[in-house]
Amino acid sequence: MASRPPVSITERLDAINEFDREPVSKDALQGPGNFIGLYAGEHVAGTEFVIGPLFVAHGVAAGDLFLGLLVGNLLAVLSWAFICAPIATRTRLNLYWKLRKIAGPNLLFVYNLVNAAMFCFLAGSMISVAATAVGIPFDMTMPGLDDLYPNSVGWVVTVLLVGSVVTILAILGFEKIAYFSKIAAPWMFLVFVACGVAVLPQLGVTSMDDFWTVANEKIWTGEPLSGRVRFTFWHVMFFAWFANMAMHIGMADMTILRYAKKWHYGFASAFGMYLGHYVAWVASGILVALALQNASEVAPGPIAYLGAGVAGLVAVLLAGWTTANPTIYRAGLAMQTITPNWKRWKVTLAVGMITTMAALFPALMMRLLDFVALYGLLLMPMGAVIFADFWLLPKLGLRQDYAEWKQLLFSLPAALAWLLTLGACLLLNLVWNVEIFFLGLPGWFIATGLYVGLSLIQQQRNPAPQAALPNTDFLTEENI
Amino acid sequence: MKTALKLASFLGLGLTVVPAFLVFAGTITWTTHATMMALGAVLWFVTAPFWMPRDAPV
Repeated sequence: MASRPPVSITERLDAINEFDREPVSKDALQGPGNFIGLYAGEHVAGTEFVIGPLFVAHGVAAGDLFLGLLVGNLLAVLSWAFICAPIATRTRLNLYWKLRKIAGPNLLFVYNLVNAAMFCFLAGSMISVAATAVGIPFDMTMPGLDDLYPNSVGWVVTVLLVGSVVTILAILGFEKIAYFSKIAAPWMFLVFVACGVAVLPQLGVTSMDDFWTVANEKIWTGEPLSGRVRFTFWHVMFFAWFANMAMHIGMADMTILRYAKKWHYGFASAFGMYLGHYVAWVASGILVALALQNASEVAPGPIAYLGAGVAGLVAVLLAGWTTANPTIYRAGLAMQTITPNWKRWKVTLAVGMITTMAALFPALMMRLLDFVALYGLLLMPMGAVIFADFWLLPKLGLRQDYAEWKQLLFSLPAALAWLLTLGACLLLNLVWNVEIFFLGLPGWFIATGLYVGLSLIQQQRNPAPQAALPNTDFLTEENI
Repeated sequence: MKTALKLASFLGLGLTVVPAFLVFAGTITWTTHATMMALGAVLWFVTAPFWMPRDAPV
């Protein structure tokens, strides 16, 4: 007999997370090597070909870049290690189930929609990156750093072609592409290194002694391109820290780190940060400086070709494709809550079409710094809610996972903490001109304070019989 | 056999990155470096799938 299709939002969400409701079992826990490989692979991606050049376009000075990346990436690693990993290894739950307990299924539904939209745009930027490599043999007019809209028929056709192929391959098999992505990762990192090193002589670096002088005079000059805000040490530091804000203080990586035997495997993120968000950003910055010096095109495909020829083009194509694939998959998972009766391929097709439409706009790629900052900021407050619910509420004698205990479909404290935090950040931006890169830090404290305060009010009105303690199933000597 | 494949893979990685330093040192031209990188890519992608573990880490 056929089972009844899920109808309510709660049932829809639960149906697609059938195997993730329980904490990870002890025999499924993984050693540190897996996390090192995972983080190193995930953060050497197609978008690194864009972020490094955008720092150059924003006129960051060499000293600010190197120091800003050093400190910012360190703060990102510490955020993974001290904020995300301890909760992940104590609860052994993914973000979805933890948030469902705290925020209720209906608020989680809204969160998933926002998440799906952000994933579509992120995957769109990766398809744009891949298209810049495919277009080179056809002499396509490349988008410039200031292009926001499609700039040629060739661009539109190429993006539609790349988007279609990426979508079809994602439909045919996500796992196979994930494996291919794993194979490509070490090679891709070396391509970044090789690209950066090989073009140094063309910039006038003939020995290591020349590097710093050329870096200051020709690469990270401190002079922004017209129409760009000049980046300081603080911009670089905060951008590097919050480039993956949704993953660390936003808690999305609970989904990964719940498999870690010990909380300090969160430090494995250092391999992603310092290989991808340091070496690769520096290398792609060197490439774009050469492109600007030669007055040639600055899109990812052309600059990679400058550094490594055909291998560079292949790297850009693969980097864009292999990172768009899991992003489309994640967006599909989130989208499935709206269309529970659709087959998996239909959801992937719909996501692929939205993503491809988004990719037509070079703005996503050329304004990637702003988009990445916005993406993290939108999702971060829910990470602060999880943090506050896990650590702070028990200390105040309040119940954790109140929505689950009270069987609420919608947690008002979590919803208000989310919305009011974003409102406060908007206010900071509009009234005090605080740039988007700096909003994450005050935003996190605002969200935490709001959630604690609102939970206090809620639970004083409807007191729980006892405050729940943290899930201590795995709170053993070996993992704390 | 597996050892030979691994050696070929690492040779592919070597061909990917070492020539760049030789260009920097002025030992080879950029064109040679680009050709060697292309060869390295082929070598890596043809051999690595035969020995890299398939199971996803998490």
